[in-house]
Amino acid sequence: MNIHEYQAKALLKGFGAPVAEGVAIFSAEEAEAAAKQLPGPLYVVKSQIHAGGRGKGKFKELGPEAKGGVRLAFSIDEAKSHAKEMFGNTLVTAQTGDAGKQVNRLYIEDGADIARELYCSLLVDRSVGRVAFVVSTEGGMDIEAVAHDTPEKIHTIAIDPEAGVTEADIAAISSALELSGAAAEDAKSLFPLLYKAFNEKDMALLEINPLIVMKDDHLRVLDAKMSFDGNAIFRHDDVKALRDESEEDAKEIEASKWDLAYVALDGNIGCMVNGAGLAMATMDIIKLYGKEPANFCDVGGGAGKEKVAAAFKIITADPKVEGILVNIFGGIMKCDVIAEGVVAAVQEVGLKVPLVVRLEGTNVELGKKILNESGLAITAADDLDDAAKKIVAAIKA
Amino acid sequence: MSILVNKNTKVLVQGLTGKTGTFHTEQALAYYGTQMVGGIHPKKGGETWTGSKGESLPIYATVVEAKEKTGADASVIYVPPAGAADAIIEAIEAEIPFITCITEGIPVMDMVRVKARLDRSNSRLLGPNCPGVLTPEECKIGIMPGSIFRKGSVGIVSRSGTLTYEAVFQTSNEGLGQTTAVGIGGDPVKGTEFIDILEMFLADEATQSIIMIGEIGGSAEEEAAQFLIDEAKKGRKKPMAGFIAGRTAPKGRTMGHAGAVVSGGKGDAESKIAAMEAAGIKVSPSPARLGTTLVEVLKG
Repeated sequence: MNIHEYQAKALLKGFGAPVAEGVAIFSAEEAEAAAKQLPGPLYVVKSQIHAGGRGKGKFKELGPEAKGGVRLAFSIDEAKSHAKEMFGNTLVTAQTGDAGKQVNRLYIEDGADIARELYCSLLVDRSVGRVAFVVSTEGGMDIEAVAHDTPEKIHTIAIDPEAGVTEADIAAISSALELSGAAAEDAKSLFPLLYKAFNEKDMALLEINPLIVMKDDHLRVLDAKMSFDGNAIFRHDDVKALRDESEEDAKEIEASKWDLAYVALDGNIGCMVNGAGLAMATMDIIKLYGKEPANFCDVGGGAGKEKVAAAFKIITADPKVEGILVNIFGGIMKCDVIAEGVVAAVQEVGLKVPLVVRLEGTNVELGKKILNESGLAITAADDLDDAAKKIVAAIKA
Repeated sequence: MSILVNKNTKVLVQGLTGKTGTFHTEQALAYYGTQMVGGIHPKKGGETWTGSKGESLPIYATVVEAKEKTGADASVIYVPPAGAADAIIEAIEAEIPFITCITEGIPVMDMVRVKARLDRSNSRLLGPNCPGVLTPEECKIGIMPGSIFRKGSVGIVSRSGTLTYEAVFQTSNEGLGQTTAVGIGGDPVKGTEFIDILEMFLADEATQSIIMIGEIGGSAEEEAAQFLIDEAKKGRKKPMAGFIAGRTAPKGRTMGHAGAVVSGGKGDAESKIAAMEAAGIKVSPSPARLGTTLVEVLKG
């Protein structure tokens, strides 16, 4: 689960991190009052969307010469006019795709005097099974490009969970970031508290890009991107409350209510599969036979009939879907449960597109029997290759 | 021969009394008499578990007690996500040599804690978020459907449960059968990696060929490929076929498995396929052709 920059900064501030003063606004009219709460004279007006590259992004509705999604303002009036121009418009960045994202929230922040821009992120380094700091002196840029072009400028420092962030860890991070003086002093509290925040809130990623050294030599968190481990949200009601559903696909929200692993895609063959690996492989094989999947959908191992029916309904409700492939290899999942769910869903919402079903594994004979006796127009397939060929042929016909 | 488990393996069940634990324990008992020797429940110690066909197993309050009374050398965990990490740690502290955790959805930070504890122990953890391990006609730990297996010569290792079943089913249909099939699980932080299992398959005389199934996210496949290259230089090499799921997955999106995500420009399918092929693994473009691909490799 992702949250907005202003929410991430408030959360970090609660742990004692140095962040600028700022006010989040939900309409252009609030801009003046918000700016007046800040010391000035420099303000930063920042679009709040769940995507990076906002500064270089362009608003669809404004001309190409218009400023991007993060703007400097040298007066309260200028902050107001930026807010008016940005609100409600669609920001297209390198990460949003062509459709862009509508800006419904802005964050007006006190400007900072920047001396150096650094990169700092925390994530779980799976090769060692530990939380690691990834830091670089090359802040404020696309870190993937830095990693690709100059990998020697990226430093990874993994933290022993039983020792926490040690003095040696802080020294290693500070050295990698070439910190000295007041900044090195700030580092002694900043890095342990970032680690604490990451752990206590079950984050999946905390990315500060840039972390700045200001002209007064102190550190400040200038931007913050935060995402959380979906498996741990159950123990963080405060984090759950930060979810902004307008940033998410409506089908994915519905799927999440049923605890379905669902990702909306651009193609036109809907898929319902058990198991993440098999679900991905099903998408891959559709592509192999020349078509594109409309979604990733893993109904999981322990799904009951109702959950299967809910998944099937979400897939059929997608107007792009011209055909559906159900691919089940039952282990925990029993084929008869899948069959019952599919039949129940079709009886409720109807079936307007071709449906190919491939069943294998636990209770396969019972599952096939249920489908056969349902009287529904279902094409049975022997294996995954056969299933993919049949659904591709069915929508081409 | 086989790896990890055989007919002598004695298995405890943590989470036996739940619906999932009960169902799969019945299945395991029915599978060539897998030695399920007891269950653990902190409040039901001393009681008896009864299956739907009248099977019964003693329930102990702690893993330590269960191990002492039964001589178990393995444990399988079906405890729900919030308590699963503590269940794994209890098994580690009871010095169970081989622990399998089936549970999906354990918070990653819990697994970071488990991993630190595991690294200071002599236990091996398989999973979490995995289907378990099965040695045909001897021992079934976890949730793999026993009916598709056939005793034979192929070692199977996979990050995906259902793709493991595909590989098993297809190698059975080709008449090759399996020595052991191992699902290492789809989480980013786990107990056993590809390299651990590949090492065991290379050392196991009965295993004459190997299927390895990976997916997007992380770099375990690349590390495994390098391991295979290094071992081949020492003359240790077996015919291998493979598959990588997630060629069409969009970047930055988590595809069901918590570990299946291409992030920071790393973990995409193409680099994994290239690494595996460089290590001499024939990578099938289709998950439906794992068996036939391996047969082609064996024909040379």
